[in-house]
Amino acid sequence: MSLLSRPARAALVAGTAGLALVATGCGSSEPSTPAAGGGASTSAECAPFEQFGKHDGKKVSIYSPIRDTEADLFQQTWVPFEKCTGMKISYEGTGEFEAQIQVRADGGNPPDLAFFPQPGLLERFVKAGKLKPASAEVKKLAEQNWSADWVKYGTIDGTFYAAPLGASVKSFVWYSPGMFKEKGWAVPTTWDELMTLTNTIAGTGIKPWCAGIESGEATGWPATDWIEDILLRELGPEGYDDWVAHKIPFNDPKIVAAVDKVGAILKDEKFVNGGYGPVKSIASTAFQEGGVPITEGKCALHRQASFYANFWPEGTKVAEDGDVFAFYLPGNDPAKKPVLGAGEFVGAFADRPEVQAVQAYLATGDYANARMKLGTYVSANKGVDIANAQNPIDKLSIEMLQDPNTVFRFDGSDLMPAAVGAGTFWKGMTDWINGKDTKTVLDFIEASWPKS
Amino acid sequence: MNLDFDFAAEQPKLLQLLYGVVAFCAVVALLLLLLDRAPMRQKARLHIAILLAPALLLLTIGLIVPAVRTTLLSFMSGDGASWVGLDNYVWMFTQPEAVTVLRNTLIWVALVPVLVTTVGLLYAVLVDRSRFESVAKSLVFLPMAISFVGAGIIWKFVYAYRPEESEQIGLLNQIVVALGGTPQQWLLDPPVNTLFLIVVMVWIQAGFATVVLSAAIKGIPAEIVEAARLDGATPVQMFFRVTLPSIRSAVLVVLVTQSIGTLKLFDIVRTMTGGQFDTSVIANEMYNQAFRYGETGKGAALAVFLFVLVTPIVVYQIRQRREAVR
Amino acid sequence: MTSVSPAVTAVRSGAEQATGRVRKRLSGRVASAVAIVIAVLWTTPTFGLFLSSLRPEDQIKTTGWWSFFSDPQLTLENYQEVLFGTSSSSGKMASFLINSIVITIPSVLFPLAFAAFAAYALAWVPFRGRNWVYIGIFALQVVPMQMALVPLLSFFSEGVSVFGLQLMPAWELEGPARFAQVWFAHTCFALPLGVFLLHNFMSELPGELIEAARVDGATHGRIFRRVVLPLVAPALATFGIFQFLWVWNDLLVALIFAGGTPDSAPMTVRLAQMAGTRGNEWQRLTAGAFVSLVIPLIVFLSMQRYFVRGLLAGSVKG
Repeated sequence: MSLLSRPARAALVAGTAGLALVATGCGSSEPSTPAAGGGASTSAECAPFEQFGKHDGKKVSIYSPIRDTEADLFQQTWVPFEKCTGMKISYEGTGEFEAQIQVRADGGNPPDLAFFPQPGLLERFVKAGKLKPASAEVKKLAEQNWSADWVKYGTIDGTFYAAPLGASVKSFVWYSPGMFKEKGWAVPTTWDELMTLTNTIAGTGIKPWCAGIESGEATGWPATDWIEDILLRELGPEGYDDWVAHKIPFNDPKIVAAVDKVGAILKDEKFVNGGYGPVKSIASTAFQEGGVPITEGKCALHRQASFYANFWPEGTKVAEDGDVFAFYLPGNDPAKKPVLGAGEFVGAFADRPEVQAVQAYLATGDYANARMKLGTYVSANKGVDIANAQNPIDKLSIEMLQDPNTVFRFDGSDLMPAAVGAGTFWKGMTDWINGKDTKTVLDFIEASWPKS
Repeated sequence: MNLDFDFAAEQPKLLQLLYGVVAFCAVVALLLLLLDRAPMRQKARLHIAILLAPALLLLTIGLIVPAVRTTLLSFMSGDGASWVGLDNYVWMFTQPEAVTVLRNTLIWVALVPVLVTTVGLLYAVLVDRSRFESVAKSLVFLPMAISFVGAGIIWKFVYAYRPEESEQIGLLNQIVVALGGTPQQWLLDPPVNTLFLIVVMVWIQAGFATVVLSAAIKGIPAEIVEAARLDGATPVQMFFRVTLPSIRSAVLVVLVTQSIGTLKLFDIVRTMTGGQFDTSVIANEMYNQAFRYGETGKGAALAVFLFVLVTPIVVYQIRQRREAVR
Repeated sequence: MTSVSPAVTAVRSGAEQATGRVRKRLSGRVASAVAIVIAVLWTTPTFGLFLSSLRPEDQIKTTGWWSFFSDPQLTLENYQEVLFGTSSSSGKMASFLINSIVITIPSVLFPLAFAAFAAYALAWVPFRGRNWVYIGIFALQVVPMQMALVPLLSFFSEGVSVFGLQLMPAWELEGPARFAQVWFAHTCFALPLGVFLLHNFMSELPGELIEAARVDGATHGRIFRRVVLPLVAPALATFGIFQFLWVWNDLLVALIFAGGTPDSAPMTVRLAQMAGTRGNEWQRLTAGAFVSLVIPLIVFLSMQRYFVRGLLAGSVKG
């Protein structure tokens, strides 16, 4: 019963000030007060929700890995929807999503909707016949609001099941603009420049990189993100897809080369682990704390997703001219900028009209915009108005996701069978950091790929 | 800050609690009434049925059916769709880290019951009849009251590592540094990291042993203790000749419950290392396979292997019972 | 078990020599010293947690709790956040506390009673196959609870049907009635250990007592109430406490059968949610661990007196 968080979700936490506002504005479980008086304004308020119909007294349950303050913001977002459609949404966030959803589905007591953070997990439930296909309306909204790449992740064997919800961009390297300016370092645009910069920084006596991959039972995932980001650049998007689909084995020489490329940074005592000690300390440093030494000047670079904006110590300004900011993790060719990311998908265990109505609502641009106005949030929804972004990193992420030229690829470990993607891949990379050599680790992962 | 608390909203729950307690009293009263009505001279069958039925019914629903189901699942594929024979068992004994998981589980089962019993017994004897007995017992009992997750947090703090040049936040490393050593990452290197996890388990469970054994020590008839004392037994002789034999069955209870608890243990491993760095144990691996990876068959096979591991303890119990009957 | 005994003897003989030597000269003083060392070792980590829970967030993450002694800075902010924090269900810790109590009390009472009945039958009502029933129940202790969750959940949500024949309908519980599922689950899981512990105590009662009562014509109900129960009161208290702690600290059963909403989820679920998706909220976790520790501790302290009294009563009668 780990309290420690699972990773890689669009972890979006509002500043404390925003929170207090939200809290005073909304007691969580109070029944929506009937809008007495002002029938005209009510109907105007409700106009956008008319398309979802009336579902008076109906209940829809949502089960999700997103908890705490982020969960509050979700619930806050759909209050008007609940009022206007007359239904009640009960939301439950859990830190044990992957295991619990399996138990509840097997036990015949699934929620109506679930936010799946991994397409691989979604696929498993579809294959087991547990999920209902999305309605035509949800499908239409999804195709209209998301790129084909995203729609594909919610489509299994030609049937569309789940529309995407939030998103995060992983291909970022965090740095301190102030430190760069003071030392006269420039943001690199190619891998070679990045390595040159790394050497330059190491020459000044600072260990250039810092990292942390400890994450409770999910320890290792930030290292797998590293590998995926590099593989996406080395193999190209198609090669990356082949690797994810296990058409290229895990111990292929190309994969070994890519892992070693990451190892040139993460396993070199000269380059890591700024602020924390030797290479091995990466394995025991919490991912939430991995980049913090940047703010203390003990480290210069930290590769982590857009949601890391929430993990900086209180009072750290995230902006291009602030205390910390992030640049795109460069590849060999500055012209090609594939983006690695992740997100959640809304799968339905029931097909009652009110459930489909909620599913449709969550697929609209209106929902994403309303959610963004409340606190930091990134969605690949094309209907998102970038003006609603709460901070520069959200803005940058949304721009990257919305750019039609962007080649987007989903976090590979979330697409693989869980035994590898949430098991041996994480474990293998942790062992790798802890001293095992590349070939041994990749052979181990390859051997664990489920044979069927 | 919203500090209002709506007691009215809580009433249905308290009412439900009341129903629960009333139902409890009704059930117990009914069972006792039935027992009283069934005449003693008649065959004992009725009595046995009344006494055992509730427990057996609940055990069947809650544990026997699941155990049978698990056994069946262990011969099936991950999604439960087809029979795969012994594949899951073959997988279990051939996967590279299987040996590690088995080795770890054996280390746990060999060390935890013994250490827990030793510490608990030593402490129970030492504080027995002392002036501060209840306070002393409460101190050791304290960890029992903390959830496994809480314990995981506490010990993560104790083992925390910071590089040599900066200030330590973990107690153990602070002590090492104060003694002139260099800080270590205690949980990274197998197989010693398993020992550091075992310390956590012993820390939690020693309170259980102390309480049970202390109760047993108090149950030793005063005449026996007095007689031994008059014979001039030293405290150590007293311990081995009088105390230990008198509380033998309580010691066994502690050893047995600890062995079984240790076999099933997974919370500590999960919260502290997540089974990484070669610290995984069978129960942890089982949970991962069955739920997180959706490999129900493999998880079930590991569970069945857990049943098997407990057989020696069951056999021992059977022999004990035979002796008791004779 | 065989691998255990040499280790035990080794430990014991070592202890014998060591204590034997010093005993001759120092006697009680060494014993007290050892007891104090154990007590300190056992208390320090908890004490560290307690101090940490009172320290400001940034300090928890950067310095050890012992630096409090050189630079005392305390705050109640962490507790305020845990108890009255505004996230999810604003300031409703009291609500979760009530849920915990509603879950725990029946989940302790039912297994106590059923295990006591069963243990009595297995110890003092002779019948054929008695040993095997006992061994069977004993062996069930090893069934991992995790593997029982799915079948039990489907028992609640789908009822029982054999070959398409519905033998028992689904429970279909709504609102507070859902607590009954949690009670049921906890009772099932507690029985093997309960029967084992209570049987151990009961079978050691002097047989003459029960024989005498039987000769007097007492029914089993009467023997159970008047003779056995008073004598095994300490054992009941012991099992009661452990069951209480187990249920109070349980997260897994509650997550599955009570859900995660303020309507029915206990404090453990709430604390797990508060750890946040971003995790490592040490300040909340430390304070939360202490909040949930208070009630078990009170229960233990008040039960402790009862242990002793029950034992004295038992020894007078025995």
